Amino acid sequence: MSLFNIFDIAGSGMSAQSVRLNVTASNLANADSVSSSSGETYKSRQPIFQAILDDAQKGYVKGSVQVVGIVENNTIGRKEYNPSHPMADKEGYIFHSNVDPMAEMANMMSASRSYQNNVEIANTSKQLLMRTLQMGK
Amino acid sequence: MSINFDSALGIHAQALQVRSQRAEMLAENLANANTPGFKARDINFQDALKMAASQQSVADMKTTHVNHFQPNSAQSFSPAVQYRTTIQDSLDGNTVDEQIEQAQFMQNSIQYQASLDFLGGKFNGMIKALRGE
Repeated sequence: MSLFNIFDIAGSGMSAQSVRLNVTASNLANADSVSSSSGETYKSRQPIFQAILDDAQKGYVKGSVQVVGIVENNTIGRKEYNPSHPMADKEGYIFHSNVDPMAEMANMMSASRSYQNNVEIANTSKQLLMRTLQMGK
Repeated sequence: MSINFDSALGIHAQALQVRSQRAEMLAENLANANTPGFKARDINFQDALKMAASQQSVADMKTTHVNHFQPNSAQSFSPAVQYRTTIQDSLDGNTVDEQIEQAQFMQNSIQYQASLDFLGGKFNGMIKALRGE
């Protein structure tokens, strides 16, 4: 019965979007973190989604989505001259993270809307299945 | 006269099957709304129903030998999957439009409920006929 598969598909969508929300939260939480070298500062992260269109991958329903990895953005963040800062290096510079708060906010809204969509799908499918069970009564 | 559920229930049982397959496909589209390169897919309901109905008529094949067997009408069929054309392309190659998919899913679920009601009515009619009240 295809309707049962929808729970797995919508569930995979929800878990993928919650990973995305999680990553966005950690990006936003670290948006203002600084350090004394560009290698040590927080790098913004993004999850990579991939559709499962192959029956061979065990444990997944065909058509669902999975997070294949989380990649760091390697661009160098803003460098600020601030000799009085406790984290300043020998030359008086501090290094900001490369998180773009605006992009992260947009990301967060997109993730939460997609999550809601998946919840809606699962809910509707549940109602359809319940009605199917009561057919002819 | 043989009592056969396939002939008593008409097209509605097949319609329900196609509707639930379509619901699954639309759920796949929405789950992959943010997957790069994913192409939104859909089933052409008319073609799929025609295919399902023709499978039903195949089930009434005549047997002239003991080793002949009827094709299984209950087995799932795979209707031709089509790709949706986009109104607006996105940079990552994804063609899922969440609004369109959501609307299609809702429409499909209402049609599913309609098929369900038709089917339920058939069953109620049969129960009434059996009781003979």
